[in-house]
Amino acid sequence: MTNTKPKVAFYWCASCGGCEEAVVDLAEKILDVVAAVDIVFWPVALDFKLKDVEAMADSSIVATFLNGAIRTSEQEEMAHLLRRKSQMLIAFGACSHLGGIPGLGNLWDRASIFHRAYQESPSTVNPEGTVPQPSCPQNGHPLTLPVFFDTVRSLDQVVEVDYYLPGCAPPAGLLAKAVQALLSGNLPPKGSVLAGDKALCEECPRKDSRPEKLTLKEFKRPHQVLIDPEKCMMAQNLICMGPATRGGCEARCINGNMPCTGCFGPTDNVRDYGGKALSAIASIIDSTDPAEIDSILAKIPDPVGLLYRYSLPASLLHRKKLEAA
Amino acid sequence: MPDGFEPKIVAFFCNWCTYLAADLAGTSRMKYAPNIRVIRTMCSGRLDPQFVLYALANGADGVLIGGCHPGDCHYQEGNYKTLRRYHLLKRLLKEYGIEEERVRLEWISAAEADKLRTAVNQLVEKVRALGPLRWCAPVEVREPSEVTLQ
Amino acid sequence: MAQRQRDSDGGARVGVYVCHCGTNIAGTIDIYGLTDFAASLPGVAVAREYKYMCSDPGQALIKQDIADHSLTRIVVAACSPCLHEKTFRHATALGGLNPYFFQMVNIREHDSWVHTDKAAATAKAKDLVRAAVNRVKRHQPLERREVSVKSDVLVVGGGIAGIHAALTLANAGKRVYLVEREPTIGGHMAMFDKTFPTLDCAACILTPKMTAVKMHPNITLWTMSEVARVEGYVGNYRVTVKRKPRYVIEELCLGCMECIEACVFKQAKVPDEFNLGLSKRKPVYIPFPQAVPQVVVIDPETCIEFKTGKCKKTCIEICGERNAIDLQQKEELKTIEVGAIVLATGFRIFDAKRIPYYGYGEYPNVYTGLEVERLINAAGPTGGELVMRGGRKPTSVGIIHCVGSRDEHTNRYCSRVCCMYSLKLAHLIKEKTGAEVYSLYIDIRAPGKAFEEFYNRVAEEGIRLIRGKVADIYPAPNGGSGLVLQVEDTLLCRVHKILVDMVVLATGLEPRADAQEVRRRFNIGCSSEGFFLERHPKLAPVNTFTDGIFLAGCCQGPKDIPDTVAQAGAAAGEALALIDAGAFELEPSTAYVLKDNCSGCKTCIGLCPYQAISFVEDRKQAEINEILCKGCGTCVAACPSGSIRQHLFEDEEILEEIDGVLAYA
Repeated sequence: MTNTKPKVAFYWCASCGGCEEAVVDLAEKILDVVAAVDIVFWPVALDFKLKDVEAMADSSIVATFLNGAIRTSEQEEMAHLLRRKSQMLIAFGACSHLGGIPGLGNLWDRASIFHRAYQESPSTVNPEGTVPQPSCPQNGHPLTLPVFFDTVRSLDQVVEVDYYLPGCAPPAGLLAKAVQALLSGNLPPKGSVLAGDKALCEECPRKDSRPEKLTLKEFKRPHQVLIDPEKCMMAQNLICMGPATRGGCEARCINGNMPCTGCFGPTDNVRDYGGKALSAIASIIDSTDPAEIDSILAKIPDPVGLLYRYSLPASLLHRKKLEAA
Repeated sequence: MPDGFEPKIVAFFCNWCTYLAADLAGTSRMKYAPNIRVIRTMCSGRLDPQFVLYALANGADGVLIGGCHPGDCHYQEGNYKTLRRYHLLKRLLKEYGIEEERVRLEWISAAEADKLRTAVNQLVEKVRALGPLRWCAPVEVREPSEVTLQ
Repeated sequence: MAQRQRDSDGGARVGVYVCHCGTNIAGTIDIYGLTDFAASLPGVAVAREYKYMCSDPGQALIKQDIADHSLTRIVVAACSPCLHEKTFRHATALGGLNPYFFQMVNIREHDSWVHTDKAAATAKAKDLVRAAVNRVKRHQPLERREVSVKSDVLVVGGGIAGIHAALTLANAGKRVYLVEREPTIGGHMAMFDKTFPTLDCAACILTPKMTAVKMHPNITLWTMSEVARVEGYVGNYRVTVKRKPRYVIEELCLGCMECIEACVFKQAKVPDEFNLGLSKRKPVYIPFPQAVPQVVVIDPETCIEFKTGKCKKTCIEICGERNAIDLQQKEELKTIEVGAIVLATGFRIFDAKRIPYYGYGEYPNVYTGLEVERLINAAGPTGGELVMRGGRKPTSVGIIHCVGSRDEHTNRYCSRVCCMYSLKLAHLIKEKTGAEVYSLYIDIRAPGKAFEEFYNRVAEEGIRLIRGKVADIYPAPNGGSGLVLQVEDTLLCRVHKILVDMVVLATGLEPRADAQEVRRRFNIGCSSEGFFLERHPKLAPVNTFTDGIFLAGCCQGPKDIPDTVAQAGAAAGEALALIDAGAFELEPSTAYVLKDNCSGCKTCIGLCPYQAISFVEDRKQAEINEILCKGCGTCVAACPSGSIRQHLFEDEEILEEIDGVLAYA
């Protein structure tokens, strides 16, 4: 309690670890961060225990950066705990912002995922069909595992979130700016995404090469094209999610000569990322014949994967229809 | 399928064709199923796929989209955009596991009151047979964390 | 992520008015229950029911309540907005609010008139009212934009409808372009002999009007011309007219017709269109003697000079110094700017070959009513004598009503004029030839002024009126040229087999063959039969759904000459109302780009058929021209970042409506 530096925490839920890497990506700047704040919880890097957090007073942590989606009951409990203990809860990265890649699990349910992972997949040998159980007595003691939910959720579908840092993973620059803003108290209204509100095209280096009136008779996939590094992706018949995606990532993927896949999510004026993207993509199809339109669209083998790669839990429909148990 | 289930269909009609056809059905005193709720836009081209998703997510059992016949759009080409978006939307809905028959696009001109009546009645009947969509899962409602042991 | 704010009313005070509409709505929907429900909705300060909201006292209610209850939004649940949205917006404005703080709910055409289950109809009405209340709270104040209106008018079609409309407008001081496809104006009326019920000679009453058109300083008459393209919008139409060559210089030709006389074709060989192929003409011809303009025309399909290049060109020779013939004449494109357009493109007659058992085109003496008009006309192919193919005059004639009309195999509708023209032809045939005339009818429709009296007169002249639909026509068994009409007389319950020399088919009226193409060119609609669609059959029969475009005559539906002239006057009146107002207010439901959000992705630029969206280079953003924008909303839906919005059809407003109808709070 004698320490006057603001307390900060990091936690990870259903995540790949990339957001943790992003923090480390601050490189030397991380020293400034560490100097300015007191990190009180960071499972990937430091050795604080759960009971340490539980012992803290409510709202004693100034800001918690929580990455990863909510997939299990443990993650849900931690989200609630950290919410209680923090003044500000920041959804860090696409998974906590929108559900992220784990969110694509919403096309299945627990039973089918377990079946795939523990029985069906080619490298699995599991003749007894053992699957994880939430509770299992061992030597007279109950051993518990977190419950694996049927549905992946974004952080704000579980607790109230103060700010969002978008991206898979958020660029170091964005994180540094966010920490700055936090420390200086210069924050936008609650619920804001801590990035600009224009789509990626604004900062895309290939912007000028997109023709004013572009219509497409065909869609191609990245592996089918020798991608011209100077030309707009859409003008090369590749579906780029840039027009539908919030900018602020400095067009990293474009500069890597790949179309944008939409990790920053929608801009503020859009309610359902995939729905709006679908509208834009379909509108520029150059055909008025239903059969021809269908054959052009057949080049999109996985609409959900294209349109909701990072945002399925956050979408209006959230998940594929759950069959009755 | 629950007894006495009456589907709720949200209908998006364009002002110049389908909305007028519905008006004509009214002035002609035609009768059709009372399950549709019409939302009027000036052109079917205004129909943002987000609206269809929103309707399905918030209690609609089906959606009917009405526009002018290809070539007859009051604004020249709006309905072609609707057509293209509709095709991609259908593919998306399939992946979501929503039955194909629940969302329907019909070209209905201002004079085709009878076609409107038929389209409404047919859609209502099909959706009634499919049962309620019950997608209403408001974001705020938490999923039960109980699970049965295997 | 954008969360939709389910906020409070934002302090809105909504007035909801439920209309009984007499028993039209009240007979099916529980008005009082609906009103109570409306009163219970959040933000509703006043909820009332009233017998006729569109009446003066009804509208006054709104105005009074706005003042008394500090209302900020108005909802009226009544008939279709297509009828009274303007009325109530006006009432809202009179009350001091922006007229767009109003939303209408259609619980009549879309509810009480189409459902029988009262509970379901009332539940539906509740959902719709809730949706409107939700929506209207989000409405923003909007202003109508004014555009100026050009004062010239285009009239398309030079039949009696187009002629009358053009003269009316020209007399009012407007400059009129009268565009006619044929070489002369006059239309179908010029082909008629006498007109019912007065038996006026058609040419006698028509030609003075045709001459008046020619002489009128305000009318620019372009024959041999068609509208190729229409751009623009009400008050500001830019029309491209294609003027086809007649190979004669209009200004120089005196109409002396010596060239026709001098033509190397000593005998006329080309089927004469005006006489429906019943006589022949030469390649150089004038459609009929009183043609306007009185200028000959050369048909390049049959003129030897065009086909071989080796003609003596006696026509040019005889024309001499006047030099009016120009075989090099080319097609011309003219562009005009007009404020209003009147469509008067007329009709075509039903093709009698579609009823093969009537033998039209097979038996030589089966004629259409129009062909008989030409035969009995003094200027026609037989000099006014009713002479059949083969040279004889008929001693017995059968006139079959309703050919192609009132029939589910061809056209369901009644063509309105056929009974009267059939009676007229019956009278004229009897008068000219003394033949026995049989009229085979289903009903006699004689609704107009002096029509019934005409029918009585004709009936008393000894025309044999038989109520029955002719089932078959076949050659007389004795091998002569006679035809047998087989018909069941439904009044006597007997089948007749009537032997006649000549059959006249009273063919109905249909839209022209290219009606679909034409109406798309003008961006108007068609009814299911293919006639041009009026805005409202009773209250706006000459307006279309496209502002600034009006209809006159049979292109809108079959009608006789009195009604055609009346409608043409009405169309001219409506056009005058538009032009003399000087300005037109455009609806404010246009799209607009959010400059703070547009990323310049260019998705929208190519989507607008009106080229209203442009890419601004210095800002690298899209921009929408408010005047050109028609408010379809296509770009709004397409913008991938939600950076284009539409006034009055904002995403928020529509989502609130969806919420409202789904009762998902």
